[in-house]
Amino acid sequence: MHIICKSQCGNRAALKRPKTGDALCKECFFAAFEAEIHHTISSSNLFRRGEKVAVAASGGKDSTVLAHVLKLLNERHNYGLELVLLSIDEGITGYRDDSLETVKQNRDDYQMPLKILSYEELYGWTMDRIVAQIGRSNNCTFCGVFRRQALDRGAKLLGVDSIATGHNADDIAETVLMNVLRGDTARLRRCTSIRTGGGEDTIPRVKPLKYSYEKEIVMYAHYKKLVYFSTECVFAPNAYRGHARAFLKDLEKVRPSVIMDIIYSGEQLRFKDTVKKPERGTCTRCGFVSSQQPCKACVLLEGLNRGLPKLGIGKKSKGERMIAKQNQELALRERANLVKNDF
Amino acid sequence: MGTPELKIILEFSAGAELLFGNIKRRELNLDGKQKWTIANLLKWMHANILTERPELFLQGDTVRPGILVLINDTDWELLGELDYELQPNDNVLFISTLHGG
Repeated sequence: MHIICKSQCGNRAALKRPKTGDALCKECFFAAFEAEIHHTISSSNLFRRGEKVAVAASGGKDSTVLAHVLKLLNERHNYGLELVLLSIDEGITGYRDDSLETVKQNRDDYQMPLKILSYEELYGWTMDRIVAQIGRSNNCTFCGVFRRQALDRGAKLLGVDSIATGHNADDIAETVLMNVLRGDTARLRRCTSIRTGGGEDTIPRVKPLKYSYEKEIVMYAHYKKLVYFSTECVFAPNAYRGHARAFLKDLEKVRPSVIMDIIYSGEQLRFKDTVKKPERGTCTRCGFVSSQQPCKACVLLEGLNRGLPKLGIGKKSKGERMIAKQNQELALRERANLVKNDF
Repeated sequence: MGTPELKIILEFSAGAELLFGNIKRRELNLDGKQKWTIANLLKWMHANILTERPELFLQGDTVRPGILVLINDTDWELLGELDYELQPNDNVLFISTLHGG
């Protein structure tokens, strides 16, 4: 017994949409999925005609679907956008080198220019070497902070008007949950925004897949036979997010709308004026956007270059003590050298 | 005449194969004398081919939320999920959504 597509096109239904519960055939699903993303883009005025947009491409399912759908909608609805792919090579052997091959496939399939920026060229360190220094704890901090800035640097280099990332509805719901659990009001405040940044000196980031369910993204990629890369990073998986994710997936099983409901809750939150807001500025050292002085990327990098890789981990005061101690030791050694040279 | 067999194809993608000896496609010949539902198949898979960390694939009697199941390219949620009765030459695909991003 087969179920017929809800849109009465006469075809056999292929999937049940988690968002609506509708049984749709492949073609009607494609149409609905694409139309919703178009609606998200147009109703929130995500882009303007003539803009150059970098798609942050990892080779994973989300950015692959994002690149595919943006190209398609740009042509279908005549957005007038110039689309480029921007990838970051963290220097993780057995992970990023493979996924970049997928991005190159995207470049050829979608006929979009591709820019790959590496941690090696930006910071002088690959993740492989950072992990060799710091071990398997806190390495994701380095990777996350560096990637965030690397995308900004790449976007500046390419002269784009915005960076589109593949964050999907499930990702955003997870992030809302994590920020609630951590009491991180600064992030909670902005994590549901479809557009972030975009003051002077910063390039805005947009999330066209903000309301797209992960299941639908995977089904879309599967039915469209899009090539994507799906290996877990060889370094520590993000444990905390993993818990939030498992919890959310369990809830979704009983109540599929939970994803949209959590996003809605996040969007409607209002904070008291007394809740501290981080001040956005630019780093005095590197000039990129930061709410701290110097920015986290610069502190982490200084730690690596000084041979104090834990410098940027934990409290700022602890880091300052570490620097002071090292400077003192260096001064002592220098004095010892001078004494030696006297003889 | 040998014993009747039920031939089906199992496929794994997007990381699900890592839990099954990294083999993406398997042809199975199940004992054709008994009725095979997806529920029975999952038990059989657990006992025979689920080599790595079963808790990443199964949760209770069913697949872990976040693993998509397609039977002949149709979402199992439209086909009765665990109660679906396997037919000769059925193709069952497991796609993980839990990997990468």
